[in-house]
Amino acid sequence: MASLIDLANPTRFMRFSAVLLPWLAAIATLLIVVGLYLAWFKAPADYQQGETIRIMFIHVPAAWLAMMFYSMMALSALGTLVWRHPLADVAQKAAAPIGACFALICLITGALWGKPMWGTYWVWDARLTSVLVLLLIYLGIIALWRVLDDPSRAARAVAILTLVGFVNVPIIKFSVDWWNTLHQPASVLRMGGPTIHPSMLWPLLILAVGFTLMALALHMVAMRAEIMRRRVRTLTILEAERLDRLAAQGAPA
Amino acid sequence: MSGFLEGLGPHAGFILASYGTAALVLVGLTLAILRDHAAQKRALDALERRGAGRRSGREAT
Repeated sequence: MASLIDLANPTRFMRFSAVLLPWLAAIATLLIVVGLYLAWFKAPADYQQGETIRIMFIHVPAAWLAMMFYSMMALSALGTLVWRHPLADVAQKAAAPIGACFALICLITGALWGKPMWGTYWVWDARLTSVLVLLLIYLGIIALWRVLDDPSRAARAVAILTLVGFVNVPIIKFSVDWWNTLHQPASVLRMGGPTIHPSMLWPLLILAVGFTLMALALHMVAMRAEIMRRRVRTLTILEAERLDRLAAQGAPA
Repeated sequence: MSGFLEGLGPHAGFILASYGTAALVLVGLTLAILRDHAAQKRALDALERRGAGRRSGREAT
């Protein structure tokens, strides 16, 4: 099996991802279908929250993925700044829109869950506000990538912003413990194990793995597109230089 | 269908809106990524067909 170092090469990554992608997409689809079936038709209504508990099955995986993708981007940022890894900034750029979408889903589904349970769509408490800040950081990173034309300059600037913004990830995770908040404390990823009944925990975990594999498959496709975009940029510059030379020599292009 | 909606209780609208929004965002994201991938592949194929990777004009002279 190829090591991670072997894959740290765009050509090898393109070959490896072409083989892996169909499997990743198929397993993700299967898990999401099974997870949704269990979430809608097997999981019972909650004794306090009633049927609205079904929102949890997308809200919680979306929250986890929004934080997971940001953590992956922070690791990539280290790869860009410290090791100048050839795929690090490609991975980072491709991850930002995916993480932003999951942060958006988390906020919207949270608001739609909050209205019937808390009586309000939004409160400016620590958990909700820190997730909104995460979405704004994602949008800032996407904007910064678009502002700077040179990919290597943009990568370094984005890497610094990403690392600074990473301070928000532990704040999101521990906000429910550090401050008074309407949001419930952690009930799955906590010391002492999950407090959710298995009839709800299994659909949640299956959907979480399914959405994670789907997000990783999308990330891989986005990375492939970014590698090709950079190749197109390089070839366009080379072609322009070649045409300039031919024009200078008086030969037809 | 109405039985299904009644089974979701008084907050059916919130539940369905949550799933609908998530589906809309994820389908939009998937389509955007696949379209970008296809566009880059087309552009790269076109450049390679034109021999844009040649580093000098010597081959053409």
